[in-house]
Amino acid sequence: MAEHGTAAVHTGETRRDFLYVATAAVSVVGVGAVGWPIVDSMNPTADVLALATTEVDLVPIEVGQAITVVWQSKPVFVRHRTDQEIAAAADVAIEDLRDPQADGDRVQKPEWLILIGICTHLGCIPIGYKGDFNGWFCPCHGSHYDTSGRIRVGPAPENLKVPPYTFTTDTSIVIG
Amino acid sequence: MSNSYRGSAVVRWVNDRLPIFTFLDHQMRDYPAPRNLNYWWNYGSLALVALVLQIVTGIFLAMHYIGDARFAFDSVEHIMRNVNYGWLLRYLHSNGAALFFLVVYVHIFRGLYYGSYKSPREILWWIGIVIVLAMMATAFMGYVLPWGQMSFWAATVITNLFSAIPLLGQEIVAWLWGGFAVGGPTLTRFYALHYLLPFVIFGLVFLHLWALRTVKSNNPLGIDVRGPQDTVPFHPYYTSKDYFGMGLFLLVLAGFVFYAPNYMGHPDNYIPANPMVTPTHIVPEWYFLPFYAILRAIPDKLGGVIAMAASLLVLFVLPWLDTSRVRSARFRPIYKVIFWFLLADVVLLGYVGSQPAEGIWIHIGRALTAYYFFHFLILTPVVGKIERPRPLPQSIAAVVLKGGKA
Repeated sequence: MAEHGTAAVHTGETRRDFLYVATAAVSVVGVGAVGWPIVDSMNPTADVLALATTEVDLVPIEVGQAITVVWQSKPVFVRHRTDQEIAAAADVAIEDLRDPQADGDRVQKPEWLILIGICTHLGCIPIGYKGDFNGWFCPCHGSHYDTSGRIRVGPAPENLKVPPYTFTTDTSIVIG
Repeated sequence: MSNSYRGSAVVRWVNDRLPIFTFLDHQMRDYPAPRNLNYWWNYGSLALVALVLQIVTGIFLAMHYIGDARFAFDSVEHIMRNVNYGWLLRYLHSNGAALFFLVVYVHIFRGLYYGSYKSPREILWWIGIVIVLAMMATAFMGYVLPWGQMSFWAATVITNLFSAIPLLGQEIVAWLWGGFAVGGPTLTRFYALHYLLPFVIFGLVFLHLWALRTVKSNNPLGIDVRGPQDTVPFHPYYTSKDYFGMGLFLLVLAGFVFYAPNYMGHPDNYIPANPMVTPTHIVPEWYFLPFYAILRAIPDKLGGVIAMAASLLVLFVLPWLDTSRVRSARFRPIYKVIFWFLLADVVLLGYVGSQPAEGIWIHIGRALTAYYFFHFLILTPVVGKIERPRPLPQSIAAVVLKGGKA
C-alpha cells in the first residue's frame, strides 16, 4: 500500500489526484451555492430598501437658517443661504479644491442648498455655521466644509453629497 | 500505556476509553517548562483567565440583555438596577475587557523583548496576532451593544472605515449595516457576532497552546532547552506562580469594579443613541487609542485605514524583518534600547489618540506614526545586521545555578 502510494507520487498525476480535485471542486461549488444566500441575508432588507421619500416645506425656513430632516434614516441639511454665503461659495478657484465642483452644479436654486449631512470621512454629522469657511465643521476628525458643502480642510476625501430631490412647487421639495 | 495510569478504578476506566487524564498530565502537570521563566511569563495564563471571565460573565449578561435597538439601552439599565448582581456582572465584563487587553499587550511586548516570535515560533506568533485581531473585533462589537451615544458613533466611525475600500466600499458598508446607516439590524448582528467570536478566540487559544507545546516555551535567556536539567515540571512550580499572578490580577480588577467601575468608560455612553447628533469629542476605548492615532495621522481616508491595518499586519512579517539570530534582548545591546523607544512610541501614540485632532497633536501623531513603522521596517532589520550580540550562556541551568545573572 505504502509502496504503491510512493510509486504513484513519483510518476506524477494519478486517477487518485483527479478524485482529490473533483472532491474539492464539489465542495467549493456547494459552499458557494449555500454561501451566497447567507452573505446576501445581511444586506438591507426589503422593507428598508422600499425607498422612502421625504417632503420638505421650505416656507418656514428663513434666510440664513438651516434645518435637518431625515431621509432614509440619514440626516439631510436644508439651508437657506444668504447672498454672502452664495457669493463666498461661487468665489472659489475650483481647480484648487480637493473634490472640484462648481457651486452651480450642487444646487438647483442658488438660495437652497440641500445636502446629506454625513461627513464623507467616517460618517459623523458635521455642525452647521462652524469651521474656517462658515459652512460645516465635523467635530470627529476636524473636516471643514464651505458654504457649498465642499471639503476645504481636513481628512474627508469628498464634498458633502447632494441627495436626489425635485422642487414640487416653488416652496416645497421631495427628497428621494 | 493507559493501564499504567495511577488513580482509582473509575479514573482508570475513563482513561482507558478517553485518555483525558494522561492528556491533562502531559499538558499541565509534567509539562517541562524552562526553569528560568520570570513574571513576564505570567501574562499568557492571565489572558486565559481573562477570556474565561469574559465568557462566563457574558453568558449571564446575555440572559438579560436584549439585542434590539428599541430595547437595548433600557435592558442594560435593567441589568444595572433590577437584575440580582447585574451591576457586578456588567462591571466585571466591561472592566474585564479592558484588563484583558492590558494583559495581552504586556504579553505581546514580552514576546517582542525576548524574541519569542523568532524561529521556530513564527506560527505560534501568528496565531497570537489573529487572536488580538479577533479580540479587537469582539471588543468593538461589545462596546456597541449598550446602544448609547458612544456605542452608536463608534459603530458609525469604525464601519465607515470599510467605505475607504475602492469601488465596492459603499456596498460593503451597506452590507455590514443592513441598511443605509447604522441602525437596528446593525445592533442585532453585532450581538450575534459578539456572542460567537469569544468561542472562536477560545479555539484559537487552543491552537496557540498546541503550537506552544510543539515548539516549547521561550525563556528570558532566549536559548534552547538542552535537557531535563534546564526544566522544571509545570506543576507545582508554574501553577503556583500563575495562581499568585492571578491573585494580583483579580485584585486590580476588583479595584476597578468596586471603586472606579466607570473610570475607563465615557459618560456620553449613558445617553441613548441619537442618529442625528454626533458627540463633540468622540474617542475610542483606551486600548484602541494608539491605532486611532495612526488612523488620524494620515491626511487621507484610504491611506489612514491602510496605515492602521499595516500597524498590526507588520507583526506578521516581523520574524523575517528581524535579522538577528539572538532571541533575547538581554544579549542585544542596541535592540534593547530601541525596544524601549518602541514602547514609549506606542504609549505616546495612545496619548495623542486621546487628544483632539488639531494643532500640535497632528504633527506629533505623524512623527510617532512614522517612528512606529521606521522601527519595524528599517531599524529592526538594520540593527540585526550591525549589532554585535553579547556571548550567549552555555545553558539555562548554568545561569540559574550561578544565581540568575547572565
